[in-house]
Parts: sequence; C-alpha cells; structure tokens
Amino acid sequence: MKKIIIFLYALFSFNCIAKSAETGGMPQLNPEFWFSQIFWLTITFGILFIILSKFILPKIRNNLETRKSQIMENIEIADNQKTNSEKNLKEYDKIISDAKDKAKKTFNLAKEKIQLDLGKEREKIESELNSEIQDAENEIKDLKKSSPEKISLIAVDTAAEIIQKLIGVEVNKSNVSAIVNEQVKLMKGK
Amino acid sequence: MAANPMYQFNVYRIGPEIKIGEVDISFTNASLFMVISTLAILIVFNLGAKKKSLIPDKIQLLSELSYSFVSKMISDTAGAKAKPYFAFIFSLFMFVLFCNMFGMIPYSFTVTSHIIVTFVLAAFIFIGVTIIGFLKHGLGYLKLFVPSGVPIILLPLIVVIEIISYLSRPISLSVRLFANMMAGHTMMKVFGGFVVSLGLVGGWLPLGFSVALTGLEILVAFLQAYVFAILTCIYLNDALNLHH
Repeated sequence: MKKIIIFLYALFSFNCIAKSAETGGMPQLNPEFWFSQIFWLTITFGILFIILSKFILPKIRNNLETRKSQIMENIEIADNQKTNSEKNLKEYDKIISDAKDKAKKTFNLAKEKIQLDLGKEREKIESELNSEIQDAENEIKDLKKSSPEKISLIAVDTAAEIIQKLIGVEVNKSNVSAIVNEQVKLMKGK
Repeated sequence: MAANPMYQFNVYRIGPEIKIGEVDISFTNASLFMVISTLAILIVFNLGAKKKSLIPDKIQLLSELSYSFVSKMISDTAGAKAKPYFAFIFSLFMFVLFCNMFGMIPYSFTVTSHIIVTFVLAAFIFIGVTIIGFLKHGLGYLKLFVPSGVPIILLPLIVVIEIISYLSRPISLSVRLFANMMAGHTMMKVFGGFVVSLGLVGGWLPLGFSVALTGLEILVAFLQAYVFAILTCIYLNDALNLHH
C-alpha cells in the first residue's frame, strides 16, 4: 500500500515537472478548465454531502448522544447510591447512638443496684457489728461490775492461804474478807 | 523544475478528454485532488463513526471532536434554527479544510486556490441563503437592507450600501479563500526558488523562511476553512433570524 502511494506520488510529481509553464499570468483566470472544475466540484462535493449527511453524521450524533445519556445514567446511579449510603450511614449512626444510650442506661442501672446492694450489705454488717459491739460492751460492763467482788474474793482466798503458810494457822475467812473489804474501801478512798 | 511560481496552479488534463456537447469536463489534477479530499474525509469519518466505544480511540475522538466543534460553531453564530443545515456546513468546512491541507503537500494541487472553485461554492451559499431568507420571511427579508435606528436622511445611502455589501458577499467570500491560498503557495514557491538559486551559501535564510511559512500556511489553511464556514453561518443567521 505504502509503495503504491509512493509510486503514484513520484509519477504525479514527475508529471508536474514535465509540464513546464508555457505561459505567464494566473492559471486561475484561464477559463479552459472552468467547466471541468465546476463539474467535478459539484460531483465530489455532492457525493461528500450526501454520504456525510445520510450515513456518517447520524452515526456520530448517535454515538455522542449514547455516550451523553450513558454518562447521565451513570451519574444518576451514582447519585442514588450516594443517597442510599448516606441513609444507611444515618441508620448506623442511629443504631450506634441508641446502643450507647442503652449501654449508659444499663451501666447506670447496674451502678445504682450495686450501690443499693452495697448500702444494704453495709447496713446489715453495721447493725451486726453494732449488736456485737453492744454485746461486748455489755459483757465488759458485767465484767466490770463483777470484777471487784471477784478480786476481793481472790484477795481473801490468797490472803488466807498466805497467812496459813506464814503462820500455819487456819484463819476464818469472814475475818479476812472484812479486812480485805476495809482495805479495798481505803484504796478506793485514796 | 519550473521557476515560475504560478506554475503550480496550472490545471491539466489527466486521462482522456471528456466532452458533453461543447463543454469540456475532462478529469484534471484539480478533479483528482477533489476526489482525494472527498475520499479522505469519507474514510476518516467513516472510521470514526463505525466504532461505538464509550471511551473513544483516536480516530473516533477526532471525528467526534470535529462534529462538536462545527456543531458549536453553528449554534454560536446562527442559533438553534440552523440545525438542519449542519450537514451542509460540516461538509463545506471539511471539504475546504481537506483541500487546503492536501494543498500543503509538495507537488500537490490546491483546489481552493482556484477562483472558480471558491466562487462556485460561495455563489451556491449566497443563492441558497437568499432563497432560505425569502422562504422564511417572504418579502420581509428585504428588511435586511434597512437597518433599524438609522436617520431617515441617511436611509437611501445606507440601503444602497447594504445592498452592495449583500451582493458582494459571494465575491468577498470566494476571493478571500482563493487569494489566501494562492498568495501563500506563491510565497512558498518564491522562497523555495530563493533557496535553490542562492545555493549552499545563502540559501539558509530563505530555507528558514520557507519552514516558518509552511507552519504559517498550515495555520492559514485551517483558518480560512474556519472563516469560510463561519461566514456561511453568519449569512445563514441573517437569513434565519433577520435581526439587523
């Protein structure tokens, strides 16, 4: 194909060179081939116009319109998808915030319950402790009440024993206790 | 090699002499380049129109860009009413453009450098536009020659001027294209001749000019096709919309 074109081109240029200018002036004003040019212009331009307008240009227009409509369609689809995804996003956000609220509520509830339980337990323990303390205090009080008598009893016993060991005499306990009591009174009086 | 810079515009017969009656309609080199341009346009745009891919390749892009270029040109200058004439203006633009461009190949022939060709095109446009104007507006189309807002004293003068300018449209349209193409090609030929005659020593400057002129001429080739098409649009606009 290329070779043919080059060959035709060479032939044509050779032809061009071979026909040297015979006359001066403008060849455009030489009417010899005017009708030929008009004739061939009409034919070529007519054919060009008919083929372009009937076959080629409608195809190009179709192509352009199809592309345009396709692009518009795609844009529409994309828009739809965008609104859809925005909706979904909103839903998700709502779900998440709901869940957060719920979690907060549960947490608060649990906290309250725990505090309540804790208070109850504490009260219970405190009351138990209190009663135990009361008991202990009562015992101590009892002990305090009973201790001087016991002490004096012990003192009497020990005094009697010591006297027996020292002197070897059996002492009347009531005597000893009278003395001890006197002594206790003295000590208390001090 | 012909030294005459006008030689390149010679028309000569290729093949046998064809005559219808007394009229010579032989196939000439001019006819050859008209056929070549037409075929080239048809091949390029047919290839561009055949594929229907969403993302166009080069040749499809070329044809689609040309389509939208001409379409925009028409809607900008002549409005929406000119839509039916799109195919004609597109063919016209492409024909002139391809003829101009093929003329830029060395040893080729520039169809549009002949006054008769451009004049026939321009006359066809002129007559067509006038007919469209009268069909659309009837005798009201004559209002084109009476601009609004002109003092009555000046009116006779203005109308005469308008009529003359209207009638000279085909001449200005055809001479503009023909003269541009002829002058450009003559200049290139002259500078090319300088290169040869000045030889190796002095030929470099005109060679540079020749290179620059080639670029300029390609620009002119496009520009003149564009101007030809856009003036057609403007004339069409006058005929279709009639607001002077």
